[in-house]
Parts: sequence; structure tokens; C-alpha cells
Amino acid sequence: MSAPRRLAPFILGAVVLAAWEGLVRLLAIPAFVLPPPSAVVAALLADPETLGLSLWFTLTVTLQAFALAVTGGVALAILFTRSPLLASALYPYAVILQVTPVMAIAPIVLVWVGYERVDLAQLILAWIVAFFPILGNTTLGLRSTDAGLRDLFRLYGASKWQVLWRLELPSALPYLLAGMKISGGLALIGTVVAEFVAGSGTGQGLAWRIVDASNRLNTPRMFAALSLLSLLGIAIFALLSLVQRLVLRRWHDSEAGHL
Amino acid sequence: MGQGPPPFLELQGVSKRYPNGTLALTDISLAVGEGEFLALVGASGCGKSTILRHIAGLVAPSAGHIQWSRPPAAGAIGMVFQEPTLMPWASIQDNVRLPLDLAKVRRAEADARVTALLAQVGLADFARAYPRELSGGMKMRAAIARALVTRPRLLLMDEPFAALDEITRQKLNDDLLALWRDQRFTALFVTHSVYEGVYLAGRAIVMAPRPGRIHADIPLDLPHPRDEALRTDARYADACRRVSLALADAMGVHATGGGA
Repeated sequence: MSAPRRLAPFILGAVVLAAWEGLVRLLAIPAFVLPPPSAVVAALLADPETLGLSLWFTLTVTLQAFALAVTGGVALAILFTRSPLLASALYPYAVILQVTPVMAIAPIVLVWVGYERVDLAQLILAWIVAFFPILGNTTLGLRSTDAGLRDLFRLYGASKWQVLWRLELPSALPYLLAGMKISGGLALIGTVVAEFVAGSGTGQGLAWRIVDASNRLNTPRMFAALSLLSLLGIAIFALLSLVQRLVLRRWHDSEAGHL
Repeated sequence: MGQGPPPFLELQGVSKRYPNGTLALTDISLAVGEGEFLALVGASGCGKSTILRHIAGLVAPSAGHIQWSRPPAAGAIGMVFQEPTLMPWASIQDNVRLPLDLAKVRRAEADARVTALLAQVGLADFARAYPRELSGGMKMRAAIARALVTRPRLLLMDEPFAALDEITRQKLNDDLLALWRDQRFTALFVTHSVYEGVYLAGRAIVMAPRPGRIHADIPLDLPHPRDEALRTDARYADACRRVSLALADAMGVHATGGGA
């Protein structure tokens, strides 16, 4: 990518922030309606420990949910491709879980796990949201294995384990990585939604900070927590994009252009 | 027809009918001698590839059976497909080593064999390259190296050079013959090119379509080693003419409606 294209989003961001700051000051918009960026930064710096702890809490739940989604999604995808019967039986329910809004499931999950274990409820809800792209993409990837390569493995008497490990999983890798990019963002969304609906447990995440600041009409602090959430989402996406690029750049057309 | 080498492999009345009712092959009987180089020549859809897939054990015949002088062990059959069929995520050396890895051959021994074979097919400098970084001809060379890495007794090739340009194809034909002379495997080469089949093989099996069947079995007594000079030799021209006539006849039989 050329330097101007690389810099373009940063320049646009700087221009928008400057315009925002200028307009808020010029029109004398009250901070509780729309705080200027400088007030948001001030709110961030005013209480870095609390916001930092909340960031850490949200990050922890998100990463746990993401890790469970990846391991569970890949494992179930492997089972699906091994047993068409199991796939037929379970797939509709996986879809139901996916299409039912997580907001609607949250109160039920909370009742089931108990109000004293809100953290667990958050983890389950975030997992539900993050799980499906992994399952769907990995299943598609495993089924997209080249028929010629399958013949080759059969010709050499490869065991089922060898076929899975040396053929099917590498074939599915580009699909899995694409699914992980979607799932990483969804895990964060799931964590935030779960905290909105279920409330906070032993730890208080960024969503709770937003609710709390909203109740106090502390809009700059709301924006501060919101910007941390955005940065977290961007960091997750950027990290997974980097992983995707590093893993695929030598062999897959989707990333080879970046060489 | 000359019965020089002892029968190594024999197809006895092999037929294949697919579940949808299509009769792909009917009553294929064919004896292949050890060390022979056989060309299966015919138009698209006359079951040439299906015969190879039966011999490779990838498809079971609906009728008839396949007799071996000695049952083939794992790795005794090498196969080169129409496409290079390389794993895009693995380097060329890892692709070529695959059959040995699957057979759990010791890594040091496997690597030595891969290195030697890559040198033989002219890919020594590309061992660490990935398939997408190679030309079509080079990918095919890698596929041939992979098929030979287990030192197979039988090499099955399913129109391997069909997608390549003429110059690359002729070079690969020469290199394939050199490998065959060197390693003395038995070779079955499927092609729709009469010229390629005659250049490579000691015997041409001409196939007729719908349902796939053997129309003619033509011995080709051309001298070895074969090189560019052969392409302008009168004996080569004559052999091509004979096979072409048989092929036209095979198609003509179908055109006048004299099917099975």
C-alpha cells in the first residue's frame, strides 16, 4: 500500500477530531450533550486506574469468550464433517442460537447461572455471539478441501488423523482466520451487551463504566470508556489481521498481494 | 501384439456403472507387463481416467477384477493428476516429501530422497518455494517428483501435461522418459494427444467412448532413447498414422451408432 493510502485514515481522523473540537467550542455545545475531544482525553487522564481496570476486565472476558469460541467452533466443525447425521441434527439449533438476539437470551442465561455469577453469564453470552462465525467458516473450509488432494491422501493410505491434520485443517485455515476476524469483534460486542443486560459482577467492565457515567450524566467519561472500547476492538481486529497476513502470505491469494 | 515382459497387472473384464446409471467402462481387459510404458489414447469422456482410478484403487469396479503379480503395498503406486494437485500451504520440498511423511519414513532419509529427486526433475533451486511461486511446468515437475519419491513400481499419469505449452510439454516428455529409463517403473500415461502417446509409449491403447472400451491395442516398436530426432523420423510418422486411424475408427464406430 502506498504511503498516502496508508496515512489517509489517520489524516481523516485528525481532521474530524479538529472539526469536532472547533465546532463544539464555536457553538458552545454543553459537554453533557457532546464533549469536545479534549474533554474526553481529560476524562481519560483524570481516572486512568479505574478505566484501565475496566478495560482489563472487558479484555479478559472478550479473550476468554474468543478462545472458547475458536476451540469449540473448530471442534464442532470437525465433528460436523465427520458425522453428517450429527451435523443435520445440531446445525438448525446452532442457527437458532445465532439468530436469536443475545439481548433476549441474556436474562435467561443470568437466571440459569445465578445472579451471583454474572461473570460466567457474560462469558457464556459473549461466547454465543462469537461462536457461530468460527463454526460456519471452519465447516465450510473443511468441506472445501481439494478433491484431488483427497485422492492423493487415499492413494498413500493416509489415516483419518493424517487427513485431518495434514490436509483438512490447513485447507480450512484461510476460512478459519476469516471467521476469527469476525468472531474477535463479535466477542467484544457480546461482552459489552452482556454487561449492559446482566450488569457487572465481581469486576466492572467498560460497558458498566458507560452505564454508570450515563446515570451521572458524565458524558465525557462515557466517551472516554467508549473510545477505549473502540481502541480495544481495533486492536483485536488489527492483531487478527496481522496473524492472517503472516500465516497466509506465502501461499494464499487473499494475502499474497501484501508480499 | 508382443507379450514380452511378464504380466504385472491385468484388468479382467472390468466394467464401471455409476449410481446414476451411466456406464463409464465396459469389459476392459488389459495386461500390462512389468516395466512397460503404455499410452491410453482417446477422446474426452471415453473412460481413460476412470481406468487409472480403478488401478489406483480410488474406485471399485462394478464387474470384473484387477489382478496383480504382487499386491501393491502403500507407496507402490505413484499418480500424477491432470492438475499438479500440490498443497498450496506447503513448500515444494514438503509437498514432495508428503508420501514419505504419510508412510512415516525417517525424516533424514526422506529429506535425502526429496533432495535427490528435486535435482533430477530440475527443481533443486526451488525446494523452499511455494507452489504459487512456480510456473505450470514447474508445478508439474514437482508433482512428478512427489509421485516418484516412494520409488513406485507403477506410475499412473492422467493427462499431466495437457494444460502446458508445446515446448514445455516436449521437454517434460523427454525428462519423463529419462526418469523411466533410469528407474524402470511401469507407466500408464493417459493422453488425448496421439503424438505425445506415440512419442512416450511402447504400446498405445486406443479407447472408444460411450461406454468406454478398448478399441485397439497397437504395439509401437520405436527405438530408445527417444529424442527430438524421432519427431521427424518416418517410423514415428507411421506409428502416429496408425494410432490416428485407429482413433478415427473408434470415434467412427460410435458415430455410425454401432455402440455396445
